[in-house]
Amino acid sequence: MKKSFLAGLAALLMPAFVLAGEYNLTVDRVQIDTGDFVKEGIGYNGESPGPVLRFKQGEEVTINVTNNLDEMTSIHWHGLILPYQQDGVPGISFPGIQPGETFTYRFPIQQAGTYWFHSHSGFQEPDGAYGAIVIEPEGREPFRYDREYVVQLTDKHPHSGDRIMRNLKMMPDYYNRQQQTVGEFFSDASEHGFMNTLKDRMAWGGMRMMKADVEDLQGFTALINGKGPDQNWTGIFEPGERIRLRFINSSAMTYFDIRIPGLNMTVVQADGNNVQPVNVDEFRIGVAETYDVIVRPRDEQAYTIFAESMGRSGFARATLAPEEGMEGAVPELREPARLTMADMAGMHGMDHGSMDMSSSGDMPSMDHSGMAQMDHSSMSGMDHSAMMMTEGGASDPFYAKGSGIVPVAANGGKFLSYADLRAQNPLYEDREPTREIELKLTGNMERYTWSINGVKYEDADPIRLQYGERVRFKFVNETMMTHPMHLHGMWSILDVGADQWNPIKHTISVQPGTTVYMETEVDEPGQWAFHCHLSYHAAAGMFRKVIVEGGPDSTQAKTDAVAGNGGEA
Amino acid sequence: MSRVRFMTLGLLSSLLLPTTVTAQEMMEDTTARKQALTTWGVQFEEFEYRYSDADEELGVWNADIFYGTDELRFRWLTKGEYEIQEQAYESLENQLVAQTPISKFFDAKAGVRFDTPEGPDRTYAVLGLTGLAPQWFEVDASLYVSNEGDTSAEFDAEYELLLTNRLILSAALDATVAFSEDREIGQGKGLSSTETGLRLSYDLIDRAFAPYVGVVHERKYGDTADLAEAGGGSTEDWFAVIGARIAF
Repeated sequence: MKKSFLAGLAALLMPAFVLAGEYNLTVDRVQIDTGDFVKEGIGYNGESPGPVLRFKQGEEVTINVTNNLDEMTSIHWHGLILPYQQDGVPGISFPGIQPGETFTYRFPIQQAGTYWFHSHSGFQEPDGAYGAIVIEPEGREPFRYDREYVVQLTDKHPHSGDRIMRNLKMMPDYYNRQQQTVGEFFSDASEHGFMNTLKDRMAWGGMRMMKADVEDLQGFTALINGKGPDQNWTGIFEPGERIRLRFINSSAMTYFDIRIPGLNMTVVQADGNNVQPVNVDEFRIGVAETYDVIVRPRDEQAYTIFAESMGRSGFARATLAPEEGMEGAVPELREPARLTMADMAGMHGMDHGSMDMSSSGDMPSMDHSGMAQMDHSSMSGMDHSAMMMTEGGASDPFYAKGSGIVPVAANGGKFLSYADLRAQNPLYEDREPTREIELKLTGNMERYTWSINGVKYEDADPIRLQYGERVRFKFVNETMMTHPMHLHGMWSILDVGADQWNPIKHTISVQPGTTVYMETEVDEPGQWAFHCHLSYHAAAGMFRKVIVEGGPDSTQAKTDAVAGNGGEA
Repeated sequence: MSRVRFMTLGLLSSLLLPTTVTAQEMMEDTTARKQALTTWGVQFEEFEYRYSDADEELGVWNADIFYGTDELRFRWLTKGEYEIQEQAYESLENQLVAQTPISKFFDAKAGVRFDTPEGPDRTYAVLGLTGLAPQWFEVDASLYVSNEGDTSAEFDAEYELLLTNRLILSAALDATVAFSEDREIGQGKGLSSTETGLRLSYDLIDRAFAPYVGVVHERKYGDTADLAEAGGGSTEDWFAVIGARIAF
């Protein structure tokens, strides 16, 4: 204690000795050229994506953000641990940044790794207001590389965010161009029989649900580092070098399945935290997640980084090459994924027992990517003992049994699962959670309403946590969509059944029809946002405020006017 | 231990920097995100030229303009049939309704309807249900009470068949039943009229502009047909139609 007291004293008395950096960002109207279209958008320092901010662990950063827009803005430092007033969520952390105003963020950099930043105001982030953060660690990294590149993905749409939201509210299938057609009915009928196909369509029609409802928002051009597939962002390498690729999914709505044909990837970090290395052929990156992988191209040739959207409605493409201008082959998009009845299992009023899984096995939906041969006995959902079952077959304990959207590697090899992730250095001692909070992820696709426990943010009380407790969150996905849940300010320790080696993340994807647990050490006072990171889901109400009561600064932890309500907790 | 450390720090900093440590209230979220999302839209389900087997030419629209939140939407439903040669509205109907969800897929609506075609006008009170029925049928049922005290009901259903994701065949049925006779506007008691349409559209620009061709069949029944015949009108018409679905 004495030592830390002295350290604290030193920090207070000798600020000049502290590593400090000052950074300037302007928020500007910019032109975004995707190669397919040019669109007015929002960027930082005159471009979208904004600059890569490079910090050093232990640094005190000062970031001056000047708002050159004619509307309010904000910047949220996604995944960074910082005082809540610096978190950049208007209405929760601070009032926002007025047009013409310069707001100065000041916070210590306590961590290392790959993160990103984005506006938390309106639909500025889908409109282009995002950038990357790379934090160099104080100590040595547990892996080696010769070169590194940020690979930041987004799903740039020709429509503005406001217009997309309005169109989705008017016609929830406005952007879905993968719906089942008459032609698909007949091809399914010839493959599976007319009656089976008819029964299948009637079952889905009866629920008023669409098997094709994998991506709400299609029609985008996927960008890597601001470049469309034709503009082909290229990273240069010398054969034999180890390259660290820092993948960041800054999309508004789109999950990507990423592979580099010809190269094996070693995943070394997820959401900024080092993981025990996993060799994979392909991985799925949820919205707002980051994965760092190391590749070692040995040949003097171009390699394509190919990122297919989960629903296969689009792809991002970039190249790793020994010299500029070289190109690798660009694969074809695979068949669009179709949901199955298993993905619907979480829907209100349905349970596994009432579903005829044996007959659904004959349904056309089950046959995409060879999923009909699933060995049900080998999977037991979230049963931790079954978590090794990801190699080879189309099963993943983080997807519903028989789900239609279980990812499969294009080359038949290894596809990363959450179940493969193990923390390299646990940040916390493993201990029993003090309590569990259940959060049902709820919604109604036909109305395009999204909520938590059936309550939209506008009607919701805050979730109240006590400083010092360890809360176990239970996500139950009762919708047919995947939701990337992001808790600001505190780590999300994903339960993969590895106890103290559970990976530490900031964003956790919850697949349809599944239950996922995460634990949070409540170690930051203040109030924080907690939401689905799909832009239009968050805006429609799948959002909460979390209040951490008590803590070291308890004079500041005075709660707001609605004190006394238990909220979700 | 860490708590003690923080307290010590807090004490120390309050001694050194007394001005910076002021009890700060955590803010209340009053941003737009915390308010109900308000949205609007304009949809012309029909915007078309009709040519009948009796060489009658009509300009027809059927539109829905809405504004509101998930809980409460205001809708202006407007439809009309303009007879091009006679330069007169064969029918002209405007409804202003408020609509609120009553179940997962259905809304209740209530409001007023103004009919101001060529000939006598009517004002109605409207009570209705609208939503999505199983197997993707869009349905709408309304009950009307006119300022003359007559009651009637209207039932609408629409189904879209996706030939491809852009080429869509839509079938629409609209039936009106009167519970009492209103001679002045040519409405007899019982099933009075049906309009059935089949339209083949192509989504040319997103879902904002979808030109179509189609056929429409209009028929009057029972006393309504008799009243129409007595007035020299037809009781059954076939139309070829060309137009566009518009949404913005």
